[in-house]
Amino acid sequence: MFQPSASLDHLKKRAQLLQQLRAFFFARDIMEVDVPALGLATVTDVHLEPLRVPGTGYLQTSPEYFMKRLLAAGAGSIYYLGKAYRRDESGRRHRAEFTMLEWYCLGMDDRQLMQQMTELFFTLDPTVAICQRSYAEVFRELLGVCPHRATLAELQAVIASQLELHSPLDNKSACLDLLFSCCIEPRLGTGITFVYDYPQEQCALARLSMNPDGLAVARRFEVYWNGMELANGYWELCAAEEQRQRFENDRRIRAANGLDVPDVDERFLAALESGLPDCAGVALGVDRLLMCLTGTKDIREVMPFADG
Amino acid sequence: MASYSTSEFRSGMKVMLDGDPCSIVENEFVKPGKGQAFNRVRLKNLKSGRVWERTFKSGETLEAADVVDREMQYLYNDGEFWHFMHPETFEQLQADPDTVGDAAKWLREQDIVTLTLYNGEPLAVTPPNHVELEVVETDPGLKGDTAQGGTKPATLSTGAVVKVPLFVSIGDVLRVDTRTGEYLGRANK
Repeated sequence: MFQPSASLDHLKKRAQLLQQLRAFFFARDIMEVDVPALGLATVTDVHLEPLRVPGTGYLQTSPEYFMKRLLAAGAGSIYYLGKAYRRDESGRRHRAEFTMLEWYCLGMDDRQLMQQMTELFFTLDPTVAICQRSYAEVFRELLGVCPHRATLAELQAVIASQLELHSPLDNKSACLDLLFSCCIEPRLGTGITFVYDYPQEQCALARLSMNPDGLAVARRFEVYWNGMELANGYWELCAAEEQRQRFENDRRIRAANGLDVPDVDERFLAALESGLPDCAGVALGVDRLLMCLTGTKDIREVMPFADG
Repeated sequence: MASYSTSEFRSGMKVMLDGDPCSIVENEFVKPGKGQAFNRVRLKNLKSGRVWERTFKSGETLEAADVVDREMQYLYNDGEFWHFMHPETFEQLQADPDTVGDAAKWLREQDIVTLTLYNGEPLAVTPPNHVELEVVETDPGLKGDTAQGGTKPATLSTGAVVKVPLFVSIGDVLRVDTRTGEYLGRANK
């Protein structure tokens, strides 16, 4: 009953991985920051549920806001390697507590950060196959539809041809989420795929820009390894006013959906107002990375005590 | 009746879907880091036996189905219905051929079987995984042929036909796996 959920062999590989990650950043003069896991404020994301600690605040869903406050304070390029928490997430690839690696590089955009991540992956697995494809390209190839131009009705029709949905989805972003995670991820194949230039609806904290086809795209990318989502990165939005509007929009949707509506993190917005340096940042699930490196299918097998 | 949210779905749980009682086979949580969470659920329709997959938004709910499994003794078949009795309360239930289905060929009088009840009515009959039944018909046994070799069909007392080794003869009692219809060995005392 007291035994760990991961084998000792996997725990040794875990220790080795943490060491390799720290060495990678040390060699590039990127400073480790040990920001709080327990904070006063939390995110307003429509699809993230924080764990609330009554009377104290929230366990952080990611170290992002603390890290951006450090960036605005002049810390330079930084990384965090530690725990993050998300309520209601449990499955073969999910745990409410997991280990996250998040880092920000000053002066880089999303494309340069993808290049740096490629170096990191080759450090960990010199033989892994790596490719880069735009979000529109994988959608068109695997589902025959343009995710930027498709209407809600068109996406609903694609969903109906692929799977049986219990109740219809009423917005484009949810349709894209469903199609991507159920119909595209499993067909991305082996090795690492960087998927970049997300639809505007899925910008989160990324900047928008025009792609060569004249479409507005979010400068966001995701990394998949053997079809499993591993990391999510942005060319970071630095405009405080636009960020405030996105937060307020999230809060409206949360209220309409009957969810808790947390206060906006004013200290984070104050940091943006004071000036966030130009940077790109990415968050990576370390447990899932270890799943890929050890070839395991269940996150329990790489966490020392996945069931508490 | 209670209802269950997607996060409570466990395999074996009985729920109502599109008006039919179903058993949950598998529940997979799918969520893009920043996106909407879904549950891909495999369900077995307990009326038709059909297994299929349906995708739910996480947090959606299904009503619990009033489905229970009960151990009962098989009594007899009156030509139309199969009759079962609860061994302690002596309560009796009858099941029609549709409900009994393929299980019919494994049912021996007095054996304890599992009746799945939906709103108190039999929905399915499941025989024990292993049964011991007598051979009533098969080609003559080949003496000494106990090692490798071919197989032949044998008809059992309940009407089931199974493939058996050549040395099996009429009157032998065989152990059979009812899930696969596979011969496991002789069970002669």
